[in-house]
Amino acid sequence: MSAVIVPLHAIAHARSGDKGNRLNIAVIAHAPEAWPVLLDQVTEARIAALFAHRRPASVTRHALPNLFALNLVLDGVLEGGVNAALGLDGHGKTLSFLALTLPVTVPRHILQACASAIGARRGSV
Amino acid sequence: MARFLVGNGAGFSGDRLDAALPVVRTLIARGCPAAMTFETLAERTLALGVLARRSREEAGFEPMLLPLLRPVLGLCLSHRIPIIGNFGAANPRGAAAAILRLAESLGLATPRIAVVEGDDVRGAIDDPAVIWPEGRPAAPVIAANAYLGAGPIAEALALGADIVVTGRVADPALALGPLIHAFGWSAPDELAAGTLVGHLLECGAQVTGGYFADPGVKDVPDVDRLGFPIAEVEPGGAIVITKADHTGGLVDRRTVTEQLLYEIHDPAAYLAPDVTLDITGVTVEEIGRDRVRIAGARGRPPPDTLKATVSIEGGFLGEGEISYAGPNALARARLAAETLRARLAASAGTVRLRIDILGLQASFDSDEGARGGAANPDGEFRVRLAAASADREAAEAAAREVLHLYCCGPAGGGGVRTAVTPRVATLSALLPRRLVSPRVSLVG
Repeated sequence: MSAVIVPLHAIAHARSGDKGNRLNIAVIAHAPEAWPVLLDQVTEARIAALFAHRRPASVTRHALPNLFALNLVLDGVLEGGVNAALGLDGHGKTLSFLALTLPVTVPRHILQACASAIGARRGSV
Repeated sequence: MARFLVGNGAGFSGDRLDAALPVVRTLIARGCPAAMTFETLAERTLALGVLARRSREEAGFEPMLLPLLRPVLGLCLSHRIPIIGNFGAANPRGAAAAILRLAESLGLATPRIAVVEGDDVRGAIDDPAVIWPEGRPAAPVIAANAYLGAGPIAEALALGADIVVTGRVADPALALGPLIHAFGWSAPDELAAGTLVGHLLECGAQVTGGYFADPGVKDVPDVDRLGFPIAEVEPGGAIVITKADHTGGLVDRRTVTEQLLYEIHDPAAYLAPDVTLDITGVTVEEIGRDRVRIAGARGRPPPDTLKATVSIEGGFLGEGEISYAGPNALARARLAAETLRARLAASAGTVRLRIDILGLQASFDSDEGARGGAANPDGEFRVRLAAASADREAAEAAAREVLHLYCCGPAGGGGVRTAVTPRVATLSALLPRRLVSPRVSLVG
């Protein structure tokens, strides 16, 4: 079975939320077929490495299989949060798309399932 | 008992002013009992209200309150759709007085307005029983407000209020309050369902296609006229999320799932004043166009303490930006950044500095620029300086260094903007419930 390396953006969508200096990123599979890839490859260690330049105090992953979603909670990565940060995006709203740059190795049939799910939505809009 | 509808007309202070009217029209067309909610209080918004009140005693409530309510006040009153909002901010009575004047100017009968107070806990935070998870305030306290629950809102509605004006309440309480009033809910799973409704509605369009569009991947129709959300709630706790008729946006599994997890930490324990919400068993099911059914919220008793947000003086932020474009633009932008660092090296003791080059994924980077980024070196870049200081003059002087680059910096630098703003920092406190006394009173 052939697999390809793609950004997480190809198989999942994401949303950031903030509370103080804590960031959470919900990562949601575009198709149920991609759920095992999220579980295997979007790990606390890999997310911590992706955000290493922000020096997370901790990264905690909560799995929600009902929703084919992961909730990633990153402590201490907002440089003080919206009321203290010097960067433009103190909320961390853009950082969901940093998470979506994570490279993942995806079997072609799963990538195809996600592309189909995205395409079906586009057709219905 | 009939299905009850909850609409939302604002998800933050600064939201679209034309969002509420299509929601109210849809509630009326459905013909069910309904309530309209407005959420306009972010963490520090209330402190800004306190600061506004220092210079003008009648200020301190949501600055856009009247433009928000003007399009819908008459319709809501004539169709008996109560309005519930935390737009009272630091001055709920001031907000109520302004609404009474608005009603009069529109020729409407005098509405019955209830104010919910008691969230201001500035007098209670010195109690030794208060817990400070991030430490005690290190600067003068501007505001301290506990997140009240839905009880006072339900009580206000029981008094016959047409409009309920609150200061700080837990955002989901704006929806849970009218549901408690409508259905007599009290069991943990009922309070959990109502809290989930409020959580899904509290950010307005974030559940109907706002903060969502990713062209080619997640397309959203008519982002310029997003419809704001409506929850259809059954007495047994069944929830359908939909949106205003004849509007843009969309409600589907993806928009609902993203908002379901928004600002959630442990999905098994979302702590609210009325209930501890567990969403690990929640299911999300599309049952029609722009109609999504949510089920499976579970509740446990709430924490013994109430959370308060404490706002303290946060010094000043100086900012300056300048643009470079075309051949060798990245090198010129980097020279500008180096020049700013050299010019400000002497102020390192009083100023905390960050310099970004926008165009190099600066949003992802750290204060130290530890991540970096790549781009076409002949593209377009904007150098941005941010300087935080307890001293206003130091922050201003740092921002002015960007202005100096017009004549003293690299070639072709343009479009300078500078600003200096006071900052408000926030921290959390946990208060035993005995220190917080919510009060409901009718005015007008």
